[in-house]
Amino acid sequence: MKSLILLSGLGVLTLLSEMFNFKRKIFPVVLLGLLGTIVISAMYWNTNKHYFNDMMFFDNYAVAFTCLISFIAFAWFLLSQNYFNEETNLTDHFALILFALVGAVIMVSYQNMSMLFLGIETLSLSLYVLAGSRKNDLYSNEAALKYFLMGAFATGFLLFGIALIYGITGSFNLQTIANYITLNSGNIPALFYTGVLLMMVGMAFKISAAPFHFWAPDVYQGSPLVITAFMATIIKTAAFAAFFRLFFTCFSTIESVWGNIIFVMAILTLAVGNITATYQESVKRMLAYSSIAHAGYMLLAILAMNKFSAGSILFYTAAYSVASITAFTVLSIIINKSNNEAIDAFNGLGKRNPFLAFAMTVAMLSLAGIPPMAGFFGKYYLFNAALQSGQTAIVLVAVLASLVGVYYYFKVIIAMYFKSGSDSSLVEVSFTHKLLLILTLVLIFAMGLMSDFVIRLL
Amino acid sequence: MLTAILIFLPLLASFLLFFAKGGSAKKIALAFSIAELAVALFAAFNFHRDATTQFILDFWWMPSLGISFKVGIDGISMLLVLLTSSLVPFIILSSFEKKYEKPNVFYGLILMMQMALVGVFTSMDGFLFYIFWELALIPIYFICLMWGGKNRGVITFKFFVYTLFGSLFMLVGLIYLYQHSSAHTFDIQSLYQAGHSLPASTQGILFWAFFIAFAIKMPVFPFHTWQPDTYTEAPTQGTMLLSGIMLKMGIFGVIRWLLPVVPLGVAEWGNTAIILSVIGIVYASVIAIMQNDMKRLIAYSSIAHVGLIAAGVFSMNVQGLQGAMIQMVCHGINVFALFYIVDLIEKRTGTRELSKLGGVRSISPIFSTVFMIIVLGSVALPFTNGFVGEFLLINGLYQFSPLAAAFAGLTIILGAVYMLRMYQKSMLGELSPLNEDFEELSYNEKLVLYPMVIAIIGIGVFPKPLLHISEPAVEELLRIIALK
Repeated sequence: MKSLILLSGLGVLTLLSEMFNFKRKIFPVVLLGLLGTIVISAMYWNTNKHYFNDMMFFDNYAVAFTCLISFIAFAWFLLSQNYFNEETNLTDHFALILFALVGAVIMVSYQNMSMLFLGIETLSLSLYVLAGSRKNDLYSNEAALKYFLMGAFATGFLLFGIALIYGITGSFNLQTIANYITLNSGNIPALFYTGVLLMMVGMAFKISAAPFHFWAPDVYQGSPLVITAFMATIIKTAAFAAFFRLFFTCFSTIESVWGNIIFVMAILTLAVGNITATYQESVKRMLAYSSIAHAGYMLLAILAMNKFSAGSILFYTAAYSVASITAFTVLSIIINKSNNEAIDAFNGLGKRNPFLAFAMTVAMLSLAGIPPMAGFFGKYYLFNAALQSGQTAIVLVAVLASLVGVYYYFKVIIAMYFKSGSDSSLVEVSFTHKLLLILTLVLIFAMGLMSDFVIRLL
Repeated sequence: MLTAILIFLPLLASFLLFFAKGGSAKKIALAFSIAELAVALFAAFNFHRDATTQFILDFWWMPSLGISFKVGIDGISMLLVLLTSSLVPFIILSSFEKKYEKPNVFYGLILMMQMALVGVFTSMDGFLFYIFWELALIPIYFICLMWGGKNRGVITFKFFVYTLFGSLFMLVGLIYLYQHSSAHTFDIQSLYQAGHSLPASTQGILFWAFFIAFAIKMPVFPFHTWQPDTYTEAPTQGTMLLSGIMLKMGIFGVIRWLLPVVPLGVAEWGNTAIILSVIGIVYASVIAIMQNDMKRLIAYSSIAHVGLIAAGVFSMNVQGLQGAMIQMVCHGINVFALFYIVDLIEKRTGTRELSKLGGVRSISPIFSTVFMIIVLGSVALPFTNGFVGEFLLINGLYQFSPLAAAFAGLTIILGAVYMLRMYQKSMLGELSPLNEDFEELSYNEKLVLYPMVIAIIGIGVFPKPLLHISEPAVEELLRIIALK
């Protein structure tokens, strides 16, 4: 809870910094604030506190995801330092990002459906603005508009679903709804199930699961790179945590209603994400499709719905986010250098900057799920959870899908080490970025080798 | 503890190398690989010749999932660890007169590969085995991608995806076994128990999940299509690693993680595996006879030899398995030496094509004599190392099915045809213009080849010490399989 206040306070402070002229110093303050958020929320471990008449519930799940989101935000700020210095007005964007984080924290800790809605809206509204923050760029405008329309559409579904469920059960509270289901099993009106499915559609939009994924590639490609990185990591994590929290606490007992739909959705997402990614020329767009594909893997945990699910989602989102931040950092350096986001821009990077090439290789291997990187263990835990629930078929599909995944991730690796580019000048890396890359690389390996520590948290 | 040193010493060395300066890299790498060999020999001398697993290191790695870091050495592992740690120094030595770009990364990757290989051979935990199994793929992929031939991009990628494809199904199989084990761990005994408790039909499915992974690695017909291209395109040291040691991972996998885990599955499908292996022997031999590129010829000969080993393993008797064990070591030595010879010829003449070579014998007698001995070793002439293994293998196969043994026996005849043809075309006949100033072996080259020649003849005359190391472990293995 205090973490929520701290984040909001930071947001307000950054707005004030413009007025009182300490703009230059705000960057380290924000970084410290984010570290503080991690520490403060970690102190709530095992306390299980309820707030505001049970509107929010900081159980270990919420605490773990709050820490994760704050940490990714910390890494994200390191990644995007240049962007704020050079491209846009510092303070309002800082503030928007911080408010988006507030939304993300609400999304992982709600106990009441109205808070879920509030969280999603707080997060999304900031992002609609940020997606269009490159005002003179046509694509950025398109991205913002598309994102806004689709987002509003999804929220509509979500609200409709919440309303129906409220109409039947008379409550927004997750626990009350769960109790209602167990008490009335057998004679629940069909409208209730309709509500569940509508909420599911709304959430599927947010996590960009097929067939509700069409907005994602264009929005990812059109937005400024750092905003894309933000969407691909923090939003994905928060949305998935919210999705799982909703279904695990509320609807786990009526899996027969939504199980098949999620099953089909997972297969579609895996197939569409992975296969479409293979023929992308732009790395940014490729990462967009890969993020769709990763949503497909994570759906396995929702499908499994057992005691392993929460831990495996936490681990998977962490592993995926860290690897994505690494990839986006390298990509941003490359784009800065050559103003080109195609795979060709990576040609010969193995010679032009071995460290960057190494970092990108590790990120790609981790995303592709090759041991001993964290991404492999993420997939392993998901598969394990799904197999525990007897979901063998979907695991086999996911295995095949990850083979397809190897194809497009390796395209980048092959470009870096095998092809030689027209431009053979060295690539410079700033100190902050170097620091960030070392941090993420260590994490990718450490999370792989000590994954048990993370997985046992939940 | 000793096992841990064997695994982590090369890893440490590879980390050091990544930060080393280019020029000194090969010396550091050689020093570390010799140290590793010394440790391996020390382990071999302290090894008790019984069926137990020794030098065990065991601690929990991921207790919530029943995964432990458990490594140890039994007779089967011992031979392969010896093979790995004795070949790697020679592989490094064989590259001394070559100039690779970024030598520190090159040697670092070789040693990382060694780490993974030793890990594969010593893992006593299914999950750990899988991790090392995959880990072995990464360094060799980059060795081939960064220093390979012209078409390396496509070909190494095919190699990577092909092998990954197989191992992912093995992973699903391992998780399945884990979930059916009563102790809920990945420990090898617990997986044996889980496998034995399953009905025959399930074991049959698991058999394929594992067999495909191993068959691709070896490779067994029809999973071999990645192999000739990859061997040809890889840099020589990469080919040596691939053929000398890495393909043994597949056979080792069958021996340790397939036969005893799903005995009923093997009983049902073992015939199919033998038939595939025997087809592979004949098929690859016939193709080898037609080859003009020496490296490709040896690649196909390797498929034939491995086919015989696989057939022997699936015949599931002491002779077949013992033959496989010793033949793995001998094939490692022979194929390493053959690829080195080809590399030397290519360095001297600029070509590997048989049609352009010939007549070396008259100007470089030592070179061609050494080559002759190595060829004879591969052809399995009595009193060379190849004979011991192939004799035992065919003997074992004969007990299983005389017909299969008859076809598999063709390998000796066909092997003689393609090997002697290669020797004849490259060394005998009229002196080719390319060979006019063919140099004799240099000091460094002798340093690599003479020990190989000694090993070829030494093991051929006196194979007992090697056979003794693995015998109790093989018998124990057969006992576990017989429990069903």
